[in-house]
Amino acid sequence: MLFYKFFLGSLRIVTHGGKAYFAWLAFLFLIIGVGVLGYGEQLSHGLIRTHMRDQVSWAFYIGNFTFLVGVAAAAVVLVIPAYIYHWPPIKEIVVLGELLAVSAITMCLLFVTVDIGRPERFWHMIPFLGRWNVPSSLLAWDVLVLNLYYILNFVIATHIVYRGFTRREYSKSFALPLILFSVPLAVSIHTVTAFVYNGLPARPFWNSAILAPRFLASAFCSGPAIMLVMLQLLRKYARLDIKDEAIWKIAELMAYAMFLNLFLFGAEIFREYYSATEHLLFTEYLFVGIRGHNAIVPFAWLSLFCSIVAFLLFLVPATRKNPVTLNIGAFLIYAGVYIEKGIALVIPGFTPSTLGDIYEYGPSRVEVMVTIGIYGVGFLLFTLMVKVATAIMRGEFHVDVEASLRQPGISPIAGAAPGGS
Amino acid sequence: MTEHPKTEAPLSSPAESPEEAAATRRHFLQGMAATAFVAACSPLEREAFFQRHFKELNKDELARVLARLSQGYSERFHKQVTVSAEPAASGVLFGYALDLSRCIGCRRCVYACVEENNQSRDPQIHWITVLEMEKAGGVDVMHANAYYDADEVPRPGHFYMPVQCQQCEHPPCVKVCPVQATWQDADGIVVVDYNWCIGCRCCMSACPYGARHFNWGEPTIADAEVNPETHYLGNRPRPRGVVEKCTFCVQRVRNGRYPACVEVCPVGARKFGNLLDPTSEVRYVIENKRVFILKEELGTSPKFFYFYGV
Repeated sequence: MLFYKFFLGSLRIVTHGGKAYFAWLAFLFLIIGVGVLGYGEQLSHGLIRTHMRDQVSWAFYIGNFTFLVGVAAAAVVLVIPAYIYHWPPIKEIVVLGELLAVSAITMCLLFVTVDIGRPERFWHMIPFLGRWNVPSSLLAWDVLVLNLYYILNFVIATHIVYRGFTRREYSKSFALPLILFSVPLAVSIHTVTAFVYNGLPARPFWNSAILAPRFLASAFCSGPAIMLVMLQLLRKYARLDIKDEAIWKIAELMAYAMFLNLFLFGAEIFREYYSATEHLLFTEYLFVGIRGHNAIVPFAWLSLFCSIVAFLLFLVPATRKNPVTLNIGAFLIYAGVYIEKGIALVIPGFTPSTLGDIYEYGPSRVEVMVTIGIYGVGFLLFTLMVKVATAIMRGEFHVDVEASLRQPGISPIAGAAPGGS
Repeated sequence: MTEHPKTEAPLSSPAESPEEAAATRRHFLQGMAATAFVAACSPLEREAFFQRHFKELNKDELARVLARLSQGYSERFHKQVTVSAEPAASGVLFGYALDLSRCIGCRRCVYACVEENNQSRDPQIHWITVLEMEKAGGVDVMHANAYYDADEVPRPGHFYMPVQCQQCEHPPCVKVCPVQATWQDADGIVVVDYNWCIGCRCCMSACPYGARHFNWGEPTIADAEVNPETHYLGNRPRPRGVVEKCTFCVQRVRNGRYPACVEVCPVGARKFGNLLDPTSEVRYVIENKRVFILKEELGTSPKFFYFYGV
């Protein structure tokens, strides 16, 4: 009964807001519409409407999927200091990290869905119903850990938010084990995703032992970068009490993660160029192009440039604490890692192909449309969930448990915040 | 999960399984169908949607599936198309040998394969790729040219290496498939259940030989060009969105015939036979010539041997 009220109240919150909020929602629905149109075209003509072909058989969709798995894993960055070290400034915003994870995994699952040739056969992957190929298939494991992580974050976030609604602290005996379990699970979703690529000796570019560590390092940069911007927006528009220390701490953690990321990258580059075996071809395709094919070379350098500049900005305390350079850094990290995972990881793995064929891939119109649409869905979900969560965090949306059992209706819902996010 | 009233009635008719478990599973699936497969139209399509994995079909179910497919193809291509599910014979392990010193790069094998195995003509799918390499460079696939366009072959200074599925003893494609839609049959042929494949393309990433091909668009073949003698795991026409590959012409070799590429080769570069039979051609090649396998460092153990006969 109480949960029903929570549901109704949440519905009221997300349907009320200022002009900016509705303009944002309208924009999101618009780009979701673009995605639906694109996917409709792809469904009726087949994946031939993408620019993927036999030589480059995974591309932009799977790149975006990989990037977002990293974003989802990043919630853990906030969880570790908050719960293990009892560091209060971050603790109150952990729930936002978890909501981000839920939105990111939703997008991940959507990217996988649009990438497969027969989405209506998804049930073949469901354990016991279909034929789930474990332990040998890493994609089968990936589906399992992603869904577990998805459910876990959803349960934790709902629990904390709902407890806030009923004006109680979250239940330690219920939530804490789940929160602690989400830490290794976050590591596992990105590790298993890395292993999907890593376990393919046919593709020397991915067949490197530091691929999974690199995945984790870059995830711990990109995920928090989104959180940094989000926290500042929420502080400004949703009147949420978020301390500067929390933001600086996250930025500091990102500097370490970026250092590790660049170091591992350097180690990879050393091995490739110093040993200069046949496998150097893929790295050459990425950074200098081969036989006149250099479509992704500019992206490779742009990504590296963004990452290095961002690292320096986050390393120096003065620029880390300056809101302007902080935001530039967050943007650069996001861009750097997005290009790295979205393009620079997947495409060179396939170029040249296993038989030496060079097919220059760039996303098609349909791929861009569908991708935009999926981001629209993710942002919409995040916006709605955050709107409810922030209302509760501000103490505007709650019930008095005792009172509500006696009288119907929800006690003070202070309307919805004008801005939202 | 609730059942959609519109889809409930027709759905219950085709599923009358003798197995209790299968019935329960189907019933559950019917519930899911409402959300997952709203656009279901003909009963045949619906039956195809609920079809179980090839290896799980019992004799009656398999017969019904083959009849359904045969009927569908025959209607579509306006001629009688048969679909067999001839199993692997015992005591047979197929192997292939290709003489690099004889191959002239004419690509007749490529097109004979297309005609025999009902590959899509548009978009074009080839199961055999002939690589042109420079004699001075030796076997170097990373610098090979698959797109050579010559008035006359062989071109001076070049040699040719056809590559197709190597029917690995340890196939990486089978290992990565999340739904077991591809496996190695008892006679060593790696096959795909086109009705089970979800089209995730993990196998294409895993294959070191570029042997797997995806139906990116709707496959098309002119009625007259369809080979009507098909095998469920081989050359039957494929749907869009699934992966396909060379099966050593499973529809032929399980009936004692040579693969189409062996038959058509004008220079006799292609040898085929039972690796377990000491008198077979392929065994003769292995014992009397010096063979090598492609990308041996990957541990895939191909049953496709290259050799220099002269």
